[in-house]
Amino acid sequence: MKFKMKALAAAAALAFAACGAQAEISGKVVKIGVLNDMSGLYADLGGMGSVTAAKMAIEDFKAKEKGLNVEVVFADHLNKPDVGSQIARKWYDSEGVDAIFDVPNSGVALAVNEVTREKKKVFVNSGAASSDLTGAKCSPNTVHWTYDTWMLANGTGKAIVKTGGDTWFFLTSDYAFGHALERDTEAVVLKNGGKVVGKVRHPLNTQDFSSFLLQAQASKAKIIGLANAGGDTINSIKQASEFGIVKGGQNLAGLLVFITDVHGLGLEKAQGLILTNTFYWDHDDKTRAWSKRFAAANGGKYPSMVQAGVYAGVLHYLKAVAAIKSDDGTAVVAEMKKLPTDDPLFGKGSIRIDGRTLHNAYLYEVKKPSESKGPYDYYKLRATIPADEAFRPLSEGGCPLVAAK
Amino acid sequence: MSTQALFGQLLIGLINGSFYALLSLGLAVIFGLLNIINFAHGAQYMMGAFVAYFLLNKWGLGYWWALALTPLAVGATGMIIERLMLKPLYKLDHLYGLLLTFGLALIIEGAFRNEFGSAGLPYSMPESLTGVYNLGFMYLPKYRAWVILASLAICLGTWFLIERTKLGAYLRAATENPALVQAFGVNVPRMITLTYGFGVGLAALAGVFAAPIYQVSPQMGSSLIIVVFAVVVIGGMGSILGSIVTGFGLGVVEGLTKYFYPEASNTVIFVIMAVVLLIRPQGLFGQR
Amino acid sequence: MAIENPSTLHDPAFEARYQRYAFLAMALFLVAAPSFIYPVFLMKALCFALFACAFNLLLGFGGLLSFGHAMFLGMAGYMSAYSAKVWGFPPEAAILAGMATSAVLGLLAGLLAIRRQGIYFAMITLALAQMVFFFCLQAPFTGGEDGIQAVPRGKLLGVVDLLKPLAMYYTVLAIFLGGFLLIQRIVHSPFGQVLKAIRENESRAISLGYRTERYKLAAFVLSAALAGLAGATKAIVFQLASLTDVHWTMSGEVVLMTLLGGMGTLFGPVVGAFVIAAMENYLSELGAWVTIAQGIIFVVCVLAFRRGIMGELEAWLRNRRK
Repeated sequence: MKFKMKALAAAAALAFAACGAQAEISGKVVKIGVLNDMSGLYADLGGMGSVTAAKMAIEDFKAKEKGLNVEVVFADHLNKPDVGSQIARKWYDSEGVDAIFDVPNSGVALAVNEVTREKKKVFVNSGAASSDLTGAKCSPNTVHWTYDTWMLANGTGKAIVKTGGDTWFFLTSDYAFGHALERDTEAVVLKNGGKVVGKVRHPLNTQDFSSFLLQAQASKAKIIGLANAGGDTINSIKQASEFGIVKGGQNLAGLLVFITDVHGLGLEKAQGLILTNTFYWDHDDKTRAWSKRFAAANGGKYPSMVQAGVYAGVLHYLKAVAAIKSDDGTAVVAEMKKLPTDDPLFGKGSIRIDGRTLHNAYLYEVKKPSESKGPYDYYKLRATIPADEAFRPLSEGGCPLVAAK
Repeated sequence: MSTQALFGQLLIGLINGSFYALLSLGLAVIFGLLNIINFAHGAQYMMGAFVAYFLLNKWGLGYWWALALTPLAVGATGMIIERLMLKPLYKLDHLYGLLLTFGLALIIEGAFRNEFGSAGLPYSMPESLTGVYNLGFMYLPKYRAWVILASLAICLGTWFLIERTKLGAYLRAATENPALVQAFGVNVPRMITLTYGFGVGLAALAGVFAAPIYQVSPQMGSSLIIVVFAVVVIGGMGSILGSIVTGFGLGVVEGLTKYFYPEASNTVIFVIMAVVLLIRPQGLFGQR
Repeated sequence: MAIENPSTLHDPAFEARYQRYAFLAMALFLVAAPSFIYPVFLMKALCFALFACAFNLLLGFGGLLSFGHAMFLGMAGYMSAYSAKVWGFPPEAAILAGMATSAVLGLLAGLLAIRRQGIYFAMITLALAQMVFFFCLQAPFTGGEDGIQAVPRGKLLGVVDLLKPLAMYYTVLAIFLGGFLLIQRIVHSPFGQVLKAIRENESRAISLGYRTERYKLAAFVLSAALAGLAGATKAIVFQLASLTDVHWTMSGEVVLMTLLGGMGTLFGPVVGAFVIAAMENYLSELGAWVTIAQGIIFVVCVLAFRRGIMGELEAWLRNRRK
């Protein structure tokens, strides 16, 4: 017994000593972690492309000249919340990572949000959609870039209802993202005088949508809302055409569509889709120049708005770190909210107290094959939604940080 | 709701049932003779889909070529596995065979996932089978109708081969008493190897059927195989007729459940399995 | 299932000494370990070690290969997470709640599964585990793909703040050592002897008058409860309960850990769990290679290494004595 107690005491002492030593080291290197889906259904819209975007941001920020030593690590979260949270924990605890970027898949994002909050580091999300990240689950350590379900619902959803699509059937991906997107879009449909006649939930990464599409057909809704993303959206659209859904008089609404999805489907199947994105490579000269640089480093593949968001997020993060000369998580995020955002991809914007980044959103329609001049020339602009209208009003989110003000 | 929707779901159920029947047929054939649960069956189904994908995209050989060549190619790999790895295990407890095939499934799926990621690859539908039949209550894609009919034909053909031909008779005899059959001059070890290859070939064939409609992905087998195990247990582990009837039947039952009570559609087959095991442990068509 | 490590009682005194020293060595190493190994990794390995030991009770000593043990690990995790987060249970109550859930589930599953043997038993447990998986996928309280997140660690017995990594670690270590010792007692008890007899030759045991069904069911429930203990603890440590723990690949992993470490030995599952956990941790950058490596280990173990690491070690120790 005595021996065990001594061993315990010695072990405890060693552990505390080790803890103390850690804190100093992280101040000398700013370590950025890009955590996303590298092998699954979201690998194209983020994946290694996001790592490329992060590296470009570090280069463009001229970190070395400013005396900052910045490193990048990356990992695959396999779309599993337990894997994502374990990687985040390991990164923060024993590898000196100061900030995590990207993280598509809302379930994983919510888990990483909690770990970041506990460890008081930084989480700048660009890939996930759940508006809960700046709502009920908001945190002083988290910034949400690029898009969220409220923006998508009020962009795409409102536009479709206004043009006559007033009866809806939802095909929803059965996890945090799908539920949030369905909830926010349903609210918009009802607010604008439409009706929701049915819903069905499908597991993430479903291969066969035939029975769900049949239910959608039976509902006779004018619009079948696809509250899913990535590979699931592509499969739904492909199989919908196999079953003659559009021939039967119904229309598909892709509530979250990326340029990588359109590329995977081909314009023949994707034409006419209405979607809301916050970045398109062909928007203006600045985005075109950046995108060409990106494609050269990314095997010829053009950037999605998620990858653009990683670039802008890393840039703004480094600005904040340089401004306060520290990588203390909570302080850096506070500084990020103080500084206005300005980058060649999203233009001028700002970060609100709930962590929501405000920038313009754009309503696009997918071109017909005859209208496109080449690969990735896919969108025509329908409308611009200014930053202050594109995202959910501060008062409606239910974020505790707002009330505390 | 409406009878239209009901018929639609039933038809979808028949399509799923075709896959269940084909795969459980292969498993039943292998279990009947080798007494081994081939856990690698799902991975071999997936390999079939991938081989079809390669035949098309690397060598320009289309769907009909794939139907002929894929089962031979994947079946051959199965025979090599049987010779090298399964044979040494026959003298041991049969559960080691299950563990070995489980390990093989991990290796195969891991290797494909490493190479191709877990998102799916597209396989284009053969020209002659695109389009829909307008059945009034639903549009039935021509390809899916072909899957039902072709699976039925193959299942019935296999049943006939095993239950009504001399070759089948030797096979069934060897299952009961291998030493005696060997004494009569039949090369039992070779028959076992060929049987395993045949079962694997059936799995690969199902993979080729699946390629145009489901995405060709490394994970396509693992989600399907567990359901197929349940089907095999319900039908009776070594029964050929049992696996065919149960496969199609359970596909239809699953379709009905999706119509009446969709939340239970994933579990209904397992619930049926539990009930069958309570009342008739050897399965509906099994002997014990 | 006929396994290759019959626990030999050639020399009971030697066996007893060996067990005592091996246990002390293991305990001392684990007490000192957090000073040179990342504690969160250690806690994960310990939870899996307890899971594997519980599984081995059924397989190595009872001779029953269950291919659905993940249902006990995962279901206990969900109950533990839910009771801690939503009902506000303190951690010790949450873990007990999880363990109780697994025990009940083990009883229900056991009643169905014990009727058959060998491959049929394995298939039934697999299918039952799938039912539990789909239930967890769809039941609202489990959170589906997202799982139950932000589970509070709470204060052990109202006093010890488990958010401190070392406090959590030593709690997990105590739970593991307690579970291990319990299994050791069970194996060496008269109940354990009968179990081993049933494993060797069930008909002979029946002819000797033993109600073998009851012994098998008891072993099944004990194994389920201890697996549940591991799962419930894991949910508190990682503050997350997710579908990964009820998926059939988890059932496969525990078989792998036990096979690699040595079925039928007491320390084998612990060694196997640590090796597999270390492999997953350090090879995780290589993605799918972990799966391939696990498959290769399975194949190699079945073909050439059926006694497992501790099995080979113990056989060598016994031979040396001769």
